[in-house]
Amino acid sequence: MNKKELGLGLLLLLISAVTGAINPAFLSLVNLLNMANLIGLFGVFALGEGLVIITGGIDLSLGSMFALLGVVFIDLLTTYQVPWPLALLAVLLGGLALGAIQGFLVTRLKMQPFIVTLCGLLIYRGAARYYTTDSTRGFGYGDEAATLSSIASGNVAGIPNTFILLIVLAIVLGVLLHRSVYGRWLYAVGKNEEAARFSGINTDIVIATAYIISGGLAGVSTVLFVFYTNSVSPSSFGNFYELYAIAAAVLGGCSLRGGEGSILGILLGTALLQVLQNLVNILGIPNSLNFAVMGTVILIGVLADHQLQARRRRKMALAGLARTTPQVPFVQRQQKAPPRGVDALPARTGDKA
Amino acid sequence: MAEILFELAGISKSYPGVMALDDVSLRVDRGEVLGLIGENGAGKSTLMRVLGGVIAPSEGVIRIGGVDHARMTVNEATQAGIAFVHQELNLFENLDVAANVFIGREKLVGGPLKLVDDAQIRARVAPLLERLGADFTPDTLVDNLSIAERQLVEITKALSIDARVIIMDEPTSSLTISETERLLEVIADLRAHGISVIYISHRLSEIMTCADRVVVLRDGRTVGELARDRLSHAAMIRLMIGRDLKALHTPPKRPPQPGGCDIVGLVTSAFPDRQIDLSVRHGEILGLAGLVGAGRTSLARAAFGIDPPLGGEIRLDNAPVDVASPRDAIRQGIYLMPEDRKKSGLVLELPIRENVTLASLKDYARMWLISGPAERKVAKEQVKRLSIKVPSIDMEAITLSGGNQQKVVLGKWLSMQPRVMFFDEPTRGVDVGAKSEIYALMRELADHGVAIVMISSDMEEVIGVSDRIAVMHEGRVSGVLEREQFSEYNVLQLAIGQAPETVEAAAP
Repeated sequence: MNKKELGLGLLLLLISAVTGAINPAFLSLVNLLNMANLIGLFGVFALGEGLVIITGGIDLSLGSMFALLGVVFIDLLTTYQVPWPLALLAVLLGGLALGAIQGFLVTRLKMQPFIVTLCGLLIYRGAARYYTTDSTRGFGYGDEAATLSSIASGNVAGIPNTFILLIVLAIVLGVLLHRSVYGRWLYAVGKNEEAARFSGINTDIVIATAYIISGGLAGVSTVLFVFYTNSVSPSSFGNFYELYAIAAAVLGGCSLRGGEGSILGILLGTALLQVLQNLVNILGIPNSLNFAVMGTVILIGVLADHQLQARRRRKMALAGLARTTPQVPFVQRQQKAPPRGVDALPARTGDKA
Repeated sequence: MAEILFELAGISKSYPGVMALDDVSLRVDRGEVLGLIGENGAGKSTLMRVLGGVIAPSEGVIRIGGVDHARMTVNEATQAGIAFVHQELNLFENLDVAANVFIGREKLVGGPLKLVDDAQIRARVAPLLERLGADFTPDTLVDNLSIAERQLVEITKALSIDARVIIMDEPTSSLTISETERLLEVIADLRAHGISVIYISHRLSEIMTCADRVVVLRDGRTVGELARDRLSHAAMIRLMIGRDLKALHTPPKRPPQPGGCDIVGLVTSAFPDRQIDLSVRHGEILGLAGLVGAGRTSLARAAFGIDPPLGGEIRLDNAPVDVASPRDAIRQGIYLMPEDRKKSGLVLELPIRENVTLASLKDYARMWLISGPAERKVAKEQVKRLSIKVPSIDMEAITLSGGNQQKVVLGKWLSMQPRVMFFDEPTRGVDVGAKSEIYALMRELADHGVAIVMISSDMEEVIGVSDRIAVMHEGRVSGVLEREQFSEYNVLQLAIGQAPETVEAAAP
C-alpha cells in the first residue's frame, strides 16, 4: 500500500467516522450492507475503466453499453425465452466484442480513445432506444431467470454477492496488474508507448486487451444492474455511469496521462464516492447537491495529491543534487582503475560459431 | 585592447552539502568566442545559469559595464544582452519562425484589442534571417525546419533582442557534419559583428576551430585558460580530466568471425527508391557515418522492425530472417540502442530494475507471474557489470545522469543474448568518463562475437572507435572505409556523395 492509497483510506475512515458521529444511522448494519452492494455494483466496471486509463486512454461508452446489453439481455430472457446461461454468455461476449471493436479502432486505426468511446456512447445508446422503440423492458411476473437473479442480487451471510464478486475480481485483476508480465507491460505502455515498443512489447495488443477487459466487465455489470433495477429503460439506464468510474479511478490515483494507478486505489475511490452519496442522504443535505459534493471532493482530493507530489519532487531534486555532485571525484577515481577484467564481460552472447 | 563586456568574479554556488561552483572567475570580451569546456557536472551549466539570472550565486559579483551585481534576474540578464541557445531547443513547432522569435514580445496593433502585428514582426525577422544566410522565410512553420535551422531561429531570437553575448550549450550535438560547419561560419560572422559567443561543447575539434580563448572547468573550479595559440586537443583534455585520454581505438582481440548480419537490397520507407547493402561481421564494430537524414536511423529502424522494410532482406549468419516487428528482431538477437534514449530507450518513470527487464520479462516469470527475486538478481548483475552509479535498483531512471541512463538501456540488452547490435548515437549527451566506458563495453561485446553497427555523427567517435566505417549518402551506402583509409576527409567526401581519394565508392 503506497502513500496515496493510505491517504485515501484514511480520508474514507475520517469521513465515515464524522458522518457516523453526526448520524449513527450511517453506521447501521442495514446502511453498511446497502453501501456494500452499491460499491460492488459500481466497482466492477470501475476496475475496467481503471485499466483503460492506465494505458493513457479513456472509456466513455460504459453507461450506454449497459443500456444496449441490458435491453438485449432482457429481451433474450423474456421474448426469446433463451436459457439464462446462454443469455449471460451472450451479454458477456457482447461486452467483450464491443471492447474489442473499440480497442481495434484505438490501436490499429490510431483513433483517439476519447473520440472512439464518445461515438460508442452515442451509438450504443441510440441502438438501445431504436431496438426497444424507446420503451422500458422489464421482467414479467414469470421467473425467467430466477436462479441468476438470486445469484446477482442475493447475499452470503448478509454480505451482498455484488460486493463479494467485486472483491474476487479485484484480487484477480490485482494479481494481473501488479504481479503479472501483462500488468508491467500495461504500465510501461501507459508511461511511454514508444520505449515499450522498442523493447519488443506488442503495444497494440496490450492496449486493446485493456479495452476488451473493460468491455467484459461492462457485460458483468450490465447483468448486475439489470437484476438490481429489474427493468431497463433504454434512454436513462446507466446514464453517466462511466463518469462514476472515471471519477473513482482518478480519485484512486489513476492519472489521465496514463501509467499510474492501482486496483486498491480504484476500490477505495469507488467506496469513497458511494460513501459521499450516502452521506448526502443520511445528513439531510439536499439531494440536488449530490453531484456538487462529489465534484468538490474529487477536486480537493486531486489538488491535495498534486501539492504533495510537487513537494516530494522538490525534496527529491534537492537530495539528488546533493547526491550526484560530490560524486565527480569518485567517478574519476573509477576511470583510473585498470580496465575491467574478463569477469566483467557479458556472460552470454550470440556467438555460437 | 578588447573591451570587457562583463566579468564574473569569485562566483561560488553551494547547495546543501555541495559546492557546485567554487570561486570561479570568468571574463568575456567584446567580439570574442570563448570556449567553455569540462566534463559533465564540472559546473558549466550552473555557471551559465548564474550568468543568465536563473540562479543566484552564493558569493561573488557579476560586473557588467562597471556595475557590480550580487545577483541578476532573468530580465536584467536579457537587458544586459545575454542570450541563450539551448541544447534542447525551446521552440513552438506549431508556430512560424517570426512568431517564435518574438514570442512574449509580440508587436501589437489595434489598441485595446491587442492584436498581433504579424506584418511588422515578419518585417523585422526577415533581415535577420538574411544576415544569417537562412534559406527559409519568417512565415515558415518551425515544424518544417531541421534541427540546424531551428538553431538559426534561436540565434535570430538572440539577435532580435540585440544580444551582446550568445551562450551556446552543446549546439552541435544533434547536427550533421556540414551543418556544424555552417554553424561555425555563423559564429565567425557574429564575432565579426562584435557579438561574443560562449561556446560550450564536448567536441574539442569544434572548439579548436572557433574559440579565441578556452576556459576549462573541473569540479566547479576554473582549472585553466588557454589562449588561441596554445590550443590543442591534448592540452584541453589534460586540463579537463587531469590526464591524457589514451587513443580511443582499442583493436579487436581477434579478427572478425565469419557470419554476421548482411543487409541485402534493403528498401526503407524514408528512401523508397534506394537500396541499401551492408554487411557487419561478428566481432567487429562498423561505424555508420553520414549526414543526418542520410538514412542511417531509418536503416536501423528497419532492421529492428520498427518501420518494417519495403523490400530486400536481412540475413543473419547467411539465413534470411523476417523482422516485421521489434519482437521478431529481439527474438533473433538483433537489438537497437535508440537515438533518443529518453523517448525510446527508457520508461523514465519506472525503476531501473523494471527498465532492465522490460524486454525479457517473460524470462523471469512463470505462468505470466513475475518472480521478484529473479528480476532483482538480473537487474543487480547489470548494474554491477556496467558500473551504473546508483544507490538502489528501485530508483526511477529519470533520476540518473545521461551516461548512467544510457548504461541502463545497454543493461536491458546485455541481460539477453545479443547477436547484432545497432547503437544509434550511443554517446550523445554523455560525459567523457561514461563515454569511454561505453566504448570499452562495445569493444567487449564485439570481442565476444557480437556484430556492432554504431551510427555516429561525432567524427572523433567514428574514427576512434570503428573497425570499419560505412558512410551513407541520401539513402544508400556511398562507400566503406577500411581502418588504414580512415580520415576525416574521406568520411566527409563520402558523406556528401563524392569519391574519397583512396577507395572506390560502392556502385550506386
